[in-house]
Amino acid sequence: MAYSDKVIDHYENPRNVGSFEKEEEGVGTGVVGAPECGDVMKLQLKITPKGVVEDARFKTFGCGSAIASSSYITELVKGKSVDEVRGISNTEIVEELSLPPVKIHCSVLAEDAIKAAISDWEAKNGGDKDAS
Amino acid sequence: MTVAHRIYLDNHSTTRVDPRVLEAMMPYFTEQYGNAASRNHEFGWEAERAVEKARSQAAALINAKPKEIIWTSGATESDNLAIKGVIEFYKEKGNHIITVQTEHKAVLDTCKALERSGTATFTLIKPKPDGLVDLDDLRAAITDKTVLISVMHANNEIGVIQPVAEIGAIAREHGIIFHSDGAQSVGKIPVDVEAMNIDLLSISAHKIYGPKGVGALYVRSRKPRVRLQAQMDGGGHERGMRSGTLAVPMIAGLGEACEIAGAEMAVEAARVQALRERLRHKLFEELDELYINGDLEQRLPGNLNISFAFVEGESLMMGLREIAVSSGSACTSASLEPSYVLKALGVGDDLAHTSIRFGIGRFNTEEEIDVVAEKVIKEVRRLREMSPLYEMAKEGIDLKSVDWG
Ligand SMILES: Cc1ncc(COP(=O)(O)O)c(C=O)c1O
Repeated sequence: MAYSDKVIDHYENPRNVGSFEKEEEGVGTGVVGAPECGDVMKLQLKITPKGVVEDARFKTFGCGSAIASSSYITELVKGKSVDEVRGISNTEIVEELSLPPVKIHCSVLAEDAIKAAISDWEAKNGGDKDAS
Repeated sequence: MTVAHRIYLDNHSTTRVDPRVLEAMMPYFTEQYGNAASRNHEFGWEAERAVEKARSQAAALINAKPKEIIWTSGATESDNLAIKGVIEFYKEKGNHIITVQTEHKAVLDTCKALERSGTATFTLIKPKPDGLVDLDDLRAAITDKTVLISVMHANNEIGVIQPVAEIGAIAREHGIIFHSDGAQSVGKIPVDVEAMNIDLLSISAHKIYGPKGVGALYVRSRKPRVRLQAQMDGGGHERGMRSGTLAVPMIAGLGEACEIAGAEMAVEAARVQALRERLRHKLFEELDELYINGDLEQRLPGNLNISFAFVEGESLMMGLREIAVSSGSACTSASLEPSYVLKALGVGDDLAHTSIRFGIGRFNTEEEIDVVAEKVIKEVRRLREMSPLYEMAKEGIDLKSVDWG
């Protein structure tokens, strides 16, 4: 299978690889997938008190397309509001990276990672606000 | 990327045609293009001579008689002909086949097809965690309806060599026909159909530096004489067992490939195994959390199958772009399931996804092995830095205890 140039670029020069401290103020962490399925993505979003994503980090165990999908979303989310980020759908990732049908699940996993990171942030921060 | 920089380490998949083999084939494309079945002119006779020479060359490699070699299109056809041919011919005697979970699809899917059509039933033996068949399990699977045992000699993914001589003896003792898929073993390690009690043996030319699209089936002619129901009807070639005009240049190539393999086996196997060990040692010196799949002793000289924990196989292959290897990861197969061979050994799906098969062969050099080792080490380190699983493991988290949802 041939990879698109964008997948190769993200694979070779992944953006924002790494981790934030999980307990750091404003950090939401999402871990999705399972080792038995061949993909695990960890996405972390650093969100300002006003609800804007100011930074992101990822680590991914998975094929080249999974790595590229997670690398791409760390760029995509930066500067967007939590609501905008929540609205990102996997088709945006598929289009940007020209993923073939057999790799669509990588983009779905990336979308799940975003949602999981936001839920975690809400539980830690936003959740409190709702309760008060 | 120029062709010169590519490194081919996928010799279980196929091999480069040896230049000496190509040379042996050429006359039968250009000048001596007769049909081996033409009995009345020189063109036919010289083609027939070429085919019979190849038959002797192939037979000599496995200690068979020339007339016991039937030409086919490859090991897939040989497996089909052996299994379907036996089941159909001996249907009065029984209809049960014993084979193993780690067999090639050419064997497994043939058995499934026979079961689906109601022609046969089969028992799949689970190998031990080292990939080897437990002879007691084999004995226990035998019923009074068993007419065929099919166990491959060497495995194409993990290179594990089955105790075929012992299996052959058990089959003989029970009056059961023994077929072995020798696609990966013939020409690489000694095969002796007499000493091993093999009744049917599948051979493929393209695994032994011969051309693609040609193979052979050894069919025992006496003690016992094995009969087959032909699967291809037509002109009655190959003693009625496989009709079709013989592919003379290809067969000449297979013969030459057998002759070279036989003459050079001892030296080549030692050299290839030394390269394999060089690669293995380099990788294990530099990287932790590597797991060898399959027994290391009972193994083809050129095979190394390693799980690189925490690094998904396809992503590693992507980083080794100029190096041809293969992976048991689901991402490299159409089925979305990781390797069924590794699964049969009890390797978890998590590790199966991280497996890479290195297949070292005749044309690989020490320099190539060193380049491969260096690239693999560099890429595995890079991808582990990117792997959340590696990070968790280093933090002391037991990945098996995590609820992955
Ligand atoms: C063990 C085994 N059996 C059968 C085959 C099929 O051989 P062929 O390509 O000659 O049909 C292969 C090769 O893929 C193999 O490795």
